Amino acid sequence: MSPWTFILDHRGEILSATLDHVTLVVIAMAIAILIGVPIGMLIVQRPALRTIALGIASIFQTIPSLALFGFLIPIPFIGGIGKRTAIVALVLYALLPILRNTYVGLTGIDPAVLESAEAMGMTRSQILFRVRLPLALAVILAGIRTATIITIGVATIAAAIGAGGLGTFIFRGVALVSDALILAGAIPAALLALLADFLLGLLERRIRIS
Amino acid sequence: MNAKPASISENLIEFRDVAYHINDIPTRMIVSDISLRIPSGETLVLLGRSGSGKTTLLKLINGLLLPPKGAVLVQNRPTTEWDPIRLRRGIGYVIQEAGLFPHFTVAENVALVPTLENWDAPRTAARVQEMLHLVGLDPHEYAHRRPRELSGGQRQRVGVARALAADPPILLMDEPFGALDPVTRAELQREFSTLVRRLGKTIVFVTHDLREALLLASRIVLLQAGCIVASATPKEFLRLDHPEVRAFTSSLSVSPGAPA
Repeated sequence: MSPWTFILDHRGEILSATLDHVTLVVIAMAIAILIGVPIGMLIVQRPALRTIALGIASIFQTIPSLALFGFLIPIPFIGGIGKRTAIVALVLYALLPILRNTYVGLTGIDPAVLESAEAMGMTRSQILFRVRLPLALAVILAGIRTATIITIGVATIAAAIGAGGLGTFIFRGVALVSDALILAGAIPAALLALLADFLLGLLERRIRIS
Repeated sequence: MNAKPASISENLIEFRDVAYHINDIPTRMIVSDISLRIPSGETLVLLGRSGSGKTTLLKLINGLLLPPKGAVLVQNRPTTEWDPIRLRRGIGYVIQEAGLFPHFTVAENVALVPTLENWDAPRTAARVQEMLHLVGLDPHEYAHRRPRELSGGQRQRVGVARALAADPPILLMDEPFGALDPVTRAELQREFSTLVRRLGKTIVFVTHDLREALLLASRIVLLQAGCIVASATPKEFLRLDHPEVRAFTSSLSVSPGAPA
């Protein structure tokens, strides 16, 4: 059977696996943004926390993904087999680019702009929300884009610990030596990553220009 | 623009025996023994070499820095007792790089303080138009541009318009024309000196350019290594016999290429 007929015949299952995959990525990214951006904002003010936060985040990033899943499974509450463990691992992976870009974006602003903002009588929160964050947005978004690509990739591997998604086809295909099965997972996963990269890149350019 | 006649007797800004040093190092004085009264309506130019403490004095006025010793009074109240936000909203501030917000249009930049002060939209819009006209920029052409679509000289004009928008009684300027090419600089200096006379604001202007000081100042205060070494009207200033004054006046006569 050619891979194309296989994919066409099983389009319903592939579609639902793709949706599973996207759900996994969206949940993990939402959590990572909710954690990463505020911590990024915090470490701008606290140099002592900066080294610790960026250090921890880069350690998670360095651990191979399968090993990280392995470490998480025995941990009570967050561990075990399934989606929950996968989401925790994906969040840990996504954290570093978001954290780092939030910090870089907020600190890379022209000092003359910040000095005028302060001298014009803007309060600290006005400076943060009306000057720093809008000016850092494009850089933060670039971090979110990188993190999303990484998350789509790692989520494929998460099928190994029973998280579902497109990786399921790939692992099953490898086990059964079926190219058609492998491609049924690999093609949508690759397209998903390319699409996310394209759309977020579009958004990023739009913000940068305006 | 309703230029109120300034009552010269009132001291709008006063330095009382002020010293400023880097955080915890009292031996590293940036400025010391500063006593200075700036009456309302004066255009005071702080003149000095780089590192002489001019900018520090400026930042002590709007509370960007607070004096560890002595007091800086604005409208008879020490800056340490002012709410810094209220103090700064009443003081216009223009710096060399203009410091315009790159994500704001020209109009939004000029409207900054009126917006912070919750002026209603029609009043703010009218004020923006008025300010852009005042600094010689046609609102139709420039109001919707971004700062990066302007030349250096135009950015400084917007910087001045922004500083004046909420009609503050005091205007602080830190080498506002310092980064411009000589032709644009001369143009802005000329226009600004006319503007100064029309506005009747109290202006403290920092520069290292004696020519600029002579053009704009009603009084020149010369700083050297963090201390005031001379204070005089432009006319008197040229006749003062102090080594640092002579160093500055001699810089006037040495114009390379000019016939001896």
